[in-house]
Amino acid sequence: MLLQIDWFIIIEKFILIAVIVTTALIVAMYSTYAERKIAAFLQDRRGPNRAGPFGLLQPLADGVKLFMKEEIIPLTSSKTLFIMGPLLAMITATMTSAVIPWGWTIDVAGRQVPLQIADINIGVLYIFGVVSLGVYGIMIGGWASNNKFSLIAAIRGASQMISYELAMGLSLIAVLMLVGDLRMSTIVTHQVQHGWNIIYQPLGFLIFFVCALAECNRTPFDLPEAENELNFGYHQEYSSMKLGFYLFAEYINMFISGVVMSTLFFGGYDIPFVNEAAWGPHWWVGLLGFAALMAKAFAFIFLFMWIRWTIPRFRYDQLMNLGWKGLLPLALVNMLITAVVVLLLNK
Amino acid sequence: MERKPMTLAEKLYLPAIFKGMGITFSHLFKKKPTVSYPEEKRPFSDVFRGLHILNRDEEGRERCTACGLCAVACPAEAITMEAAERQPGEEHLFREEKYAAKYEINMLRCIFCGLCEEACPKDAIYLTKTFAPANYGRKGFIYKKDDLLIPNPLTDPEGYEKAKGTIGTGIK
Repeated sequence: MLLQIDWFIIIEKFILIAVIVTTALIVAMYSTYAERKIAAFLQDRRGPNRAGPFGLLQPLADGVKLFMKEEIIPLTSSKTLFIMGPLLAMITATMTSAVIPWGWTIDVAGRQVPLQIADINIGVLYIFGVVSLGVYGIMIGGWASNNKFSLIAAIRGASQMISYELAMGLSLIAVLMLVGDLRMSTIVTHQVQHGWNIIYQPLGFLIFFVCALAECNRTPFDLPEAENELNFGYHQEYSSMKLGFYLFAEYINMFISGVVMSTLFFGGYDIPFVNEAAWGPHWWVGLLGFAALMAKAFAFIFLFMWIRWTIPRFRYDQLMNLGWKGLLPLALVNMLITAVVVLLLNK
Repeated sequence: MERKPMTLAEKLYLPAIFKGMGITFSHLFKKKPTVSYPEEKRPFSDVFRGLHILNRDEEGRERCTACGLCAVACPAEAITMEAAERQPGEEHLFREEKYAAKYEINMLRCIFCGLCEEACPKDAIYLTKTFAPANYGRKGFIYKKDDLLIPNPLTDPEGYEKAKGTIGTGIK
């Protein structure tokens, strides 16, 4: 037989995909709750506390509410694109999780099971590709709504994404020069051996973080949905679960970018000051690594929310100034210095 | 207005951002001023003037004689009443020979000034430390005698004591 299919690998990957997508959805669900709670606490309020103990059932109540809402599709909109917008936002948001290593390789009944859906050799490029696709959700949705505000928001989203992706990519190149590989799993194992990238690339991380805020359309760069000037921007015409998809996609993006930043700069599933690799490929070691990664991602989500409820929104020209005149040259300099240092040390 | 060019630290934004984030972070642990309303109620001042209550004497008889002094005193003209004569055999219901057959207060007109309380010569009307709950229509805010009367101390001593407890001392 030429085509020998390894059924175990299919089952294994299938389970992994199911678990990871479910995790991402649940995290996104409870991010809405966390956002409201953190906003409340930062503003000396109590936040949602009526549904269930500490308001823990609030996300479910919100979901039911969104499902029950009337579905409105504007008469003058292009129907296909209008429906495609939120779908695309959602799909691209969940797709990113495919190349992220979630934990140590574990040993299941004599089989080595890596906790990563696809360990492709261009992992970082894949993430960037999919993240860039994410803006199509905003653009298509904003354009299909046939509404001036939505259109302005879509254009803003697109130009913002393009401007900040450059600086983001450049800051990442410095990291890749240190690691010497585009594979996500190698990036993590390199950090396990040589220490986290944040130690070598603090400036790179700062640039990456600011750009990640912009890519996720989070305050202070949430211009596509600027409530007070654009009436919620690109999802103004959306209602019911289509709106829910947009909001949900935003939170999934936030979670994924938290995970990506942890993987690229904070050692991924590595627990600091502990040599877990010596414990062997037990299932609980894999789980511990997964927990470590989640803890780091949650810290980032908290940071995102903390920033959102502290800093006011940038004006559009300020946003462009910061992107092109601030971050881009800074990322270039950072890349150059890293390149020189790497060259000198390798001599 | 003087506009200085921004210094390097200001241009970087970061010091200001960190300062701001420090301020918001300190608010995470601050005590919340919120009162979780239905479970937790704010204590009212002793001179708080809320919903009215029509008083009874110890034998459970209505004290109001429908003299109309409260209605006259009312600056918002919120009180309407109709008097009736007590019939033989009704002595256990009404304290005096004349009583209010109808007694209405329009809570939308009332300004809770407490002048009715002060005008009453018979200790019949008091303002309590409760307030008018929300309602679906204007009609619901016109409180009838049944809504206003204090529970009978003979048949419902517990309710009577509870209602009595809500009566403030008033500005005396």
